[in-house]
Order: sequence, then structure tokens, then C-alpha cells
Amino acid sequence: MMTIREYKRVESLEEAWQLNQKKQNRIIGGMIWLKMETINVGTAIDLSGLGLDTIEETTDGFSIGAMVTLRQLEQHPGLERYTQGAVREALRHIVGVQLRNLATVGGSIYSRFGFSDVLTLFLAMDCSVELYKGGIVPLREYAQRSYDRDIVVRLILKKEPAQYCYQSVRNSQTDIPVLTCAAARLAEGGYRFAIGARPLKAVLFEMPAAPAEQLAEQVQQQVITGSNMRGSAEYRRHLAGVLVRRTVHELENREVQEEK
Amino acid sequence: MQISLMLNGVRITDEVAPDMLLIDLVRAHGCKSVKRGCETSNCGLCTVFMDDKPVLSCSILAARADGHAITTLEGLQEEAAEFGAFIADQGAEQCGFCNPGFIMNALALFREEPYPTPEQVKEYLAGNLCRCSGYEGQLRGIMNFLEWKKQKEAAE
Amino acid sequence: MNTVNKPFRKKDAMQLVTGQPVYMDDVIPSDCLIVKLLRSPHANAMVRTINTAVAKKVPGIEAIFTWEDVPQDARRYTQAGQTYPEASPYDRLLIDRHVRFVGDVVAIVAGKDEKCVDKALKLIRVEYDVLEAVLDFHTAKDNPILVHPEDNWESLSPVGADNKRNLCAHDECGSGDIDAVLAGCDVVIDHVYHTKACQQAMMETFRTYCSIDTYGRLNVLSSTQIVFHARRNIANALHIPKSMVRVSKPRIGGGFGAKQTAVSEVYPAFVTWKTKKPSKIIFSRTESQTASSPRHEMELHVRLGATKDGIVKGIDLYTLSNTGAYGEHGPTTVGLTGHKSIPLYGKAEAFRFVSDVVYTNHMSAGAYRGYGATQGLFAVESAVNELAQKLNMDPIELRLKNTVQEGDVMPAYYGAVNTSCALDRCLVKVREMIDWDNKYPARDMGNGKIRAVGMGMAMQGSGISGMDVGSATLKLNDEGFYTLMIGAADMGTGCDTTLAQIAAEVLDCPLDNITVFGADTDSSPYDSGSYASSTTYVTGKATEKCAMKLREQICKLGAELLGCPEGNVEFDGKEVFESAAPTHKTSLSDIAAASQFGHMVPLEATETHTSPLSPPPFMVGAAEVEVDTETGEVQVLEFDSCVDCGTPINPNLVRVQAEGGILQGIGMTLTENITYDKNGYPEENSLFQYKIPARTDIGRIHVEVESSYEPNGPFGAKSIGEVVINTPLPAISDAIYNAIGTRFYELPITPEKIAMAVAKRNEE
Repeated sequence: MMTIREYKRVESLEEAWQLNQKKQNRIIGGMIWLKMETINVGTAIDLSGLGLDTIEETTDGFSIGAMVTLRQLEQHPGLERYTQGAVREALRHIVGVQLRNLATVGGSIYSRFGFSDVLTLFLAMDCSVELYKGGIVPLREYAQRSYDRDIVVRLILKKEPAQYCYQSVRNSQTDIPVLTCAAARLAEGGYRFAIGARPLKAVLFEMPAAPAEQLAEQVQQQVITGSNMRGSAEYRRHLAGVLVRRTVHELENREVQEEK
Repeated sequence: MQISLMLNGVRITDEVAPDMLLIDLVRAHGCKSVKRGCETSNCGLCTVFMDDKPVLSCSILAARADGHAITTLEGLQEEAAEFGAFIADQGAEQCGFCNPGFIMNALALFREEPYPTPEQVKEYLAGNLCRCSGYEGQLRGIMNFLEWKKQKEAAE
Repeated sequence: MNTVNKPFRKKDAMQLVTGQPVYMDDVIPSDCLIVKLLRSPHANAMVRTINTAVAKKVPGIEAIFTWEDVPQDARRYTQAGQTYPEASPYDRLLIDRHVRFVGDVVAIVAGKDEKCVDKALKLIRVEYDVLEAVLDFHTAKDNPILVHPEDNWESLSPVGADNKRNLCAHDECGSGDIDAVLAGCDVVIDHVYHTKACQQAMMETFRTYCSIDTYGRLNVLSSTQIVFHARRNIANALHIPKSMVRVSKPRIGGGFGAKQTAVSEVYPAFVTWKTKKPSKIIFSRTESQTASSPRHEMELHVRLGATKDGIVKGIDLYTLSNTGAYGEHGPTTVGLTGHKSIPLYGKAEAFRFVSDVVYTNHMSAGAYRGYGATQGLFAVESAVNELAQKLNMDPIELRLKNTVQEGDVMPAYYGAVNTSCALDRCLVKVREMIDWDNKYPARDMGNGKIRAVGMGMAMQGSGISGMDVGSATLKLNDEGFYTLMIGAADMGTGCDTTLAQIAAEVLDCPLDNITVFGADTDSSPYDSGSYASSTTYVTGKATEKCAMKLREQICKLGAELLGCPEGNVEFDGKEVFESAAPTHKTSLSDIAAASQFGHMVPLEATETHTSPLSPPPFMVGAAEVEVDTETGEVQVLEFDSCVDCGTPINPNLVRVQAEGGILQGIGMTLTENITYDKNGYPEENSLFQYKIPARTDIGRIHVEVESSYEPNGPFGAKSIGEVVINTPLPAISDAIYNAIGTRFYELPITPEKIAMAVAKRNEE
């Protein structure tokens, strides 16, 4: 059970950062996972008064505030267009709209949970994290970092000439995934695959253009998977191959159709 | 700490603990329709509107609702009865315990998408669990309600 | 008929859809003591020392009770909601020094609010002598580790129980020479099937409120299906006279059998009895998942023999059932695995049915919709599907050759006659509904996806024959409205409404003219409770009889008012009139008024009913699934079913019962499971880890009715509540076989099992 001694809706990032340097204090995002922890929080730091709840689109990319909810993300027409539906596909399984109206991008990215659809999705894109003190860090680097006491301010998504596709396997529709796969087909023909829910956190594979079967085999061989109550390491490895092959096929088909 | 919010159109001011959850606040203020079915944000029973958006009141601090407008089924009695009658006509309310959360979220859906398809209904309400009905009777009730609404609007 | 077989709204429907405060935690005072339980972290242990001194000092704490407050050599009790003498052993103490599963109760804490109680729970210091546990039910029987070594363990009924062998029950029965019959068969299907424990997962967790009333008695308001049995369970647990306990129920947020066991009642009852202060307990979802009353895990060994023409000649079944740490419903659920599966095959010449129910250090199992029949039917129906495949026969054709017929004697159903049966019509109907002939067995959709169909049959009972007692009281009030008082529990099923429909039919009145009250041990007439599919058939018949009796009383007083002999009048629901001179009449309202003014004719009747028979409802279900052979994901696109529940008293409620039961069966087949880690901790401890189907998990469910007429039921009715959960298990598992060519003998059939089976075969 979670207890909180004090609640503070901060007025600046500096105030939030100062408070967050104390070990027992915590920034609250959507609070979905925090609530389930057995934890005594000193001060709960709420960023919801800082205007970090908007998505801004420019010709170069998107700036996604840390307090943007997953529901805002899936409903954003620009993101929908840019990712060719991958955002929606990655988010639609997450429990229900009521939860997605609470869960935040910042919470998802900071937590870097193994099963995170959000992390898998953005890892396959040209995406960076803006930290209050640490500046702008590529997501692929941030994903590997250990937890610190800096603050995720926003995600910076740079537009690139790429095609995206997201697929996942779940034991039931609203469950967390057994395996996730976000694929990007880059302009020069190469691929990025983010494989998540291994159940370890998502990892990135970058590969030059090759037939789907070959890419699938490579990822399947290289990916490190583990076992938990939702699936064995062996099954996950098998799925990594299946999802890589399927996402590549999907992206190839899309290209063929566009050429038509 | 002191908070002040609009609950079903009425301003309430209350002294709350920092870790009080919104569900416990609204129940303490008589909104007993709001039910707790789990501790893991999975069941949807506690759905309320915060500034017209459906949220899980079990997963949000009462403190965070400070300055916002909260709506529960107690504040939507006419809509609840109008739509709920179609669920009742199927016998799909069954034990009734999931109904307030389910009906809140269905009303939220109708506001966002006045005439959803069955697939849209399923997806929007996926976070509202029901163990009695198998969902089929709820879907029949929803589609009948939408048909009735369409005819009513056409007549107007 | 005017009210029976009509789709009326439930009487409570509008209150429920508008969210009115009608459940336990909505109607009780807010300032009662909060009760929570300290639970064992060990699967098998003795409490060496327990220190509550520091915890008791937490401000707001009212009381903390441990085993030291409960006499350890006193008589034990059971929490099973069953007729006395219960088949379930008396194997519990309210707090036992010997804890037998992870989650068993070590201390009861009561305080003024949740915060102080939570704090106190953390401050109780317990030292355990940890014992080796029995965690594999295959090894339980005659294991040197005894789950119940104590000498005051007691079995009240002759069910073959022996605590010194970890045996909660043992039984053997049969008819004909099964070994000879099987030896003479052309084909014998011989397999072991394994079904797992599953949670009822009703949306309202277990909860109970207690207070002391004007007379110093313990008043218990609980979310229960069994007010009368709960009264006995509580009095036995507290060792107080039954006269000092009253149990009633408000609206219940679902039960499905979970609340046929007094899971939560005894703890606040003990607190309130000791402190004389009101108290409540509300189980968290974690507690409801880990320390409750789930379905019994079972292993079923079927040997089923048939001729090459597909006539089933004999069935030999051995069932091993895991009752967990306590024996609630252990001896009885196991019986249904054989008695409600074998009788479907009317041409069989012999059967044998042997069963063992064993204790382990898992949480205690209990009653869950289907009550053993679900497990037995999965095994037997799966074996029959495999038989059809072996003989290269259509499984529906094979069934049509074999099904039990109306009028047949059913040796495996206690020798009872099949008094009403439309099973063959259900088969034909489902074949048409799902377009079986075009879809069977499978179609390759490309992209690694295969669509396939599968089917299964089911039966259940209607009440426990010769045991269940249902009663109804009806009285006429001012202006001519009736009150129907029952002890059966409407848990969302709608029995308040269906029983009122029966009464209204007999009394020739509108449904709205009957108000319903129930259930309360002080004022309801005795009823075994709402379980075993008994309410419509047993309590329904009592209601019909009661309404007939009240009609007579109305006529009697009417005749008196008209000044003519009783035999010369008739009653049309509105007026009593002289048969020969219909204008000579008096209104129901006037009769009601007269009954309250200087008269001695009671316009109140009580009738009780029991039945020597338990007529089975029947059902056929068929599934169309799409299997992704690479990922192993299964989507149930369509589930088509047809049920014979006799006359449906309320067709809407019959349909929704069926739809809901089917989805629970689908969950049990594909996702729902309770697994224990090596220390005996149940891993599916929340709705996050235990996945009940969401609406996106299912395609469409279709339900049709083919009615037989049950001569012993009210207006021809049989039961509906339980039979509906049984068919998805064999139907979906055979559909998966038809898609990928691998059979699964253990549930649930997860995507991983499917994908890895396909991958392995592809490698070979």
C-alpha cells in the first residue's frame, strides 16, 4: 500500500527538481503503478500545473510534454499520420480509455518498464528525452540508464523519412504484452526493430535491408529473452522472429501499395 | 490539506489526507454509485468524469482533483435512467455492481462518438469488466439505445 | 400464460442501472470498526509466538485477536454452505495455531479506520515453525505430511474421509461390468485431463457487516448466497447458540458460488461479539484472489469405449480433486464430475466412477458454477470428440446416435428417470446456428490463420434431490398487493423477479402487484439458499404451491364476505365472485381490507418444497475459433449454443445467464488459471495477473432455447444458472485441435502452448 505524507503541485521545474532530490519524495505521473507499490512517499510532486500536457507539432517533429496522457497520444491526428497508425496500435490494448486518460508519457518513459508498449514504440523512432538537468538524451541511451532523480520534461520526436509498424502478442486483449515489436523502415531501406516485453525492457536492433525471413532469423538469434508467468524465454524468442517477419512484410506491402 | 472542487455541479470544500484517493472522497460525499472492484486499475467500476473525461477514481489522488469538476452517476441520473432502461430491457444489468462504471463510460463514449459501431463500443469499454453478462446483452442494449436515439433525433 | 415465459425487467433493474446505494458498503453506518486480517506467509507452519503488544498501542486500535483467543481443542466447523449434517468436514478453527496455506488467518485486527489497522498489522510480530508443505495434489494421498493431523478434525457424513491419509473424501460406484464392456469395445479412448482452479471473480469482493441488535443478538449483514447456512457456520465458529445470530443479505454484487461459503463472515462476527461494537470487513481483490473459495483443481482419467459405429458402450472415470487446506465442498463437487457427465450417453451398458478428494496446502477450494460437472464434462466430452475423430465421424452425428432420451433411466444419475429432455433438438439447432456442415472441421485463411469449429454437450441438475428445501411466504396487504418472502438469494440472477413471476401467474395479477423480500434468517421462510441450480426449480415450486394456497384463502374469505359456500366462488385475480352469479362479487382490495378488520382467515401462506428428483437441464455449445498458428493466439469468433431449461420463466434472464456462463467457460478454457510458486504463494493475485475476459476478448455469443416441459417443475421449468458454463471447455479445445492437429489435455490452453506445439511439429 502506498502512503503519502505531503502533496505538492509545484509551480516550476526547479521546485520539482529540488523536492525530487530527497530520496523519499516522488514525482507522480499517472500514478497507476506507483499506487500499487508498497511505499511511503514523503512528498508527492505533481507536475500537472506546469503546462506539460500538450503535444506540439512542427515541420521537424513533435514535442510531447511529460504530462501528456496516453489517450492524448493515441488521439493526436499528427502522430497518427506520422506513425501510420503505429501509436494507436501500441496504445489501444492498454486496459481502457479511463486508464489511458490518467497514464502519462513521462511516467511511462521514466519508469522504463519491461512490458512498456510506449517505450517499445518510441525506441524505434528518432526520439530523445529532455531532462530538466541532463538536457536532451537519445531515448536509446536513456533506456539503458539506471534510475536517477532528474525530471523527464518532454519527449522530442524528430521526423524522419521512415515507415513505422507496431505489433504485439498478448495472452488476452487488455493484458500487458508477452512480446512487443516496433519496426521502422528507413529511407535507405534499412530497419530498426525495438523488441520489448522480453520481459526485460525494450532493446533496439538496427539492420541493413534484407529479406524478412533473414531479418527475423537474425533478431530471433540475437535477442535475449526471459521467462515469467506470461511466457517462457523460448516462446518469446520464437515470437520475436514472428513479429519481425510480420512487421517487415507489412512495411514492404505498404510500400508496394504506395508505388501502385 | 484543503481542497475545493465541483462534485456533480455543487462546490465542495474538504480537508483531505494527501494520499486520499478520489473514490474515497466521492463516496464519503454520498456518491455511493462509485464502486471499488480491484486495486490494480483493471476493472473500471470506479469510473467518474474529471472535467468531462472518464478516469479511474481509484487511481487518482483527491488532492489532484482540486479545482476540477468531478461527475459521478449521481450527477447524471436522467441520462443514466434513459440509457440504463435499455440495459434493463435485456436483463443485462444482472448483479449491477459494474453498472455505474460501465454506464459512466458508455455515456462518455456517446459524447465522443454519438453513433459508435459495435467494434468501437467494445474497444472504448474494454476497461469495464463485467463477470455476469458476457457483455453480449450490454452490447444489445447499447445498439438498441443508439437506434432509439437516432429515431428520436430524426423525429425532432 | 400472462407473466411466466415473458421477458420482464428485473424488479431491481432501474435501481441498479442508476447506481442507487443498495450493496453492503452503501447501506451501513460509516463509523463502524474496520476489520482486517493478518495472513500467513507460509504454506504450512505453526505459530510459535505472536506478539501484539506494540500493535495494540496504535491509536484507534480496538482489539487484536490471535489463536490464543480461540480454544484450540474446541469443536471445529466448516464454512461450506450446505445442509446439516454437512458433507464437508469440520476442519476449521476461527484462528488456528496451525496455518495451512499462504493466506491462512493468523490474527484479526479491528480499529477505527483503515490507516490505524494497516499500521497495527505491520507491528504484529510472529515467529513461525515452518513445516514442509504438500503442494502437489498428486502426492497428497497417504503423504507422511498431514494437512490436518489434529484429533478434533471431524467428518459428519459418510463420505470416505480420513484426515490421517489427507483424504477429504473417497467414493466408488458403478453399474454393469465396466472392464468386460471396455474389453469388448472396438475403440477405447484413454486419457488423463487436468483442469485448474479458477476464481469466480465476482465484481463485489467478499464482505460482511456486523452489529449487536436491541436484543443483544449478533446481526450479520453479508454478501452471501446462503443466509441460513451462514447462520449455522457463524454460530459454530463462535461457539454461540444459533438463536443469537441473525443473517441477512442486501443486494449482492455477484456470487457464482463463491458466496456459498462463509468466507468473510466469521471475522467481523467474532470482533462484534467480543467488543459489542459494529464492525465490517471488506476483502481486498488480492484477498479475494488468494484466500477465498475457487474451483477445485482436478485430474480426470477417462476410459471411454465405443463400437466402430460410434455407440458409446461404457465410461470409466477416476477423478482426483484438490480441495486445498480445508474441505469446503470437497466431498460433493467431485461427485458431479461423473454423475453429470456419464448420463449424457444413454446407450452405455456400464460405468464405473471412483474419486479421491485430497487435502493440500493450497487455499481452500469451494463452489463455483458448474460445481464439478464443468471439470467432468471437459474430460468426457473431450474424449467423445476424440472418439469421433478416431472413427472419422462428425461429432454431432455421433452425439445424435448416443444422447440420453426423455424417459430413459440414467444409471449414473442415481438411477433417476430423464423426465424432460430436448438434447437432440439442441444438437440439431446448434448445427444450424453455427453452419456446422460448412465449417467443420477447419478452413485455412492464409497468413498462418486457421478457422475451426468444435462442440460439446452438457447437463447439470436442478437442486439437490431429496435434500434441498425451498420455501415461500405470500401475504395479501392493503389495497390488494402481495408480499413474497423468500430465503433464496438474488445475486443478480433475477430470482426476486422470476419467483414473483411465478406467484403472479398463479394469482392472476400484474407483476408489479408483488413486492419481494429476502433474505433474512429472522423473517424469511427456510430455504437452503441459492446454489446447486435450485432456486427456480425448488423454491419456484414452493412459490407456486404457496400462491395456490393463498388463492384458496382469498376465496375462503371472499366467500365469507359474499355469504356463500367456499366451493361456489371463483377468483380471477381482481375479484372473488359466485360462479353461478358472476355479478355477485367482492374485490381483492375489499377482501384485503376485510382481512384486517374483525376476521380470522389468515391471508398469508407459507409453503415448502423439496424434490426427490433433480431434473437435468441440457445444453449444446459450439465454438468457431481463429487460431494464429504462429503466435498461438486464439480468438473465439462465435459461440453458438442452445439450452433446454424446460420452460424459461424469464427468457431475457435465461439468455443473459447463458451468455455470462459461456464467457466464464471461455475464460477457464483460454486464460484463467491459479498457479502457485514453489513456496505455495498463488501468483494470480489480482485482476491484473488473473485475466477474466474483457469484451474485446470475445466475438459474438448466441443463445437459443429448445424447451422440454419438466412435469415436476413450476410451469415446466428446470434450472439454468450452472449448466451454461460447461460447453465452452470441450468445444473450444476441440476447435483448437481441428485447427492445428494437436490435442490439449490440460487447461487453460494458452497461446504459448499452441504456438510451441505447432513450431515443434513443423520442426519434425
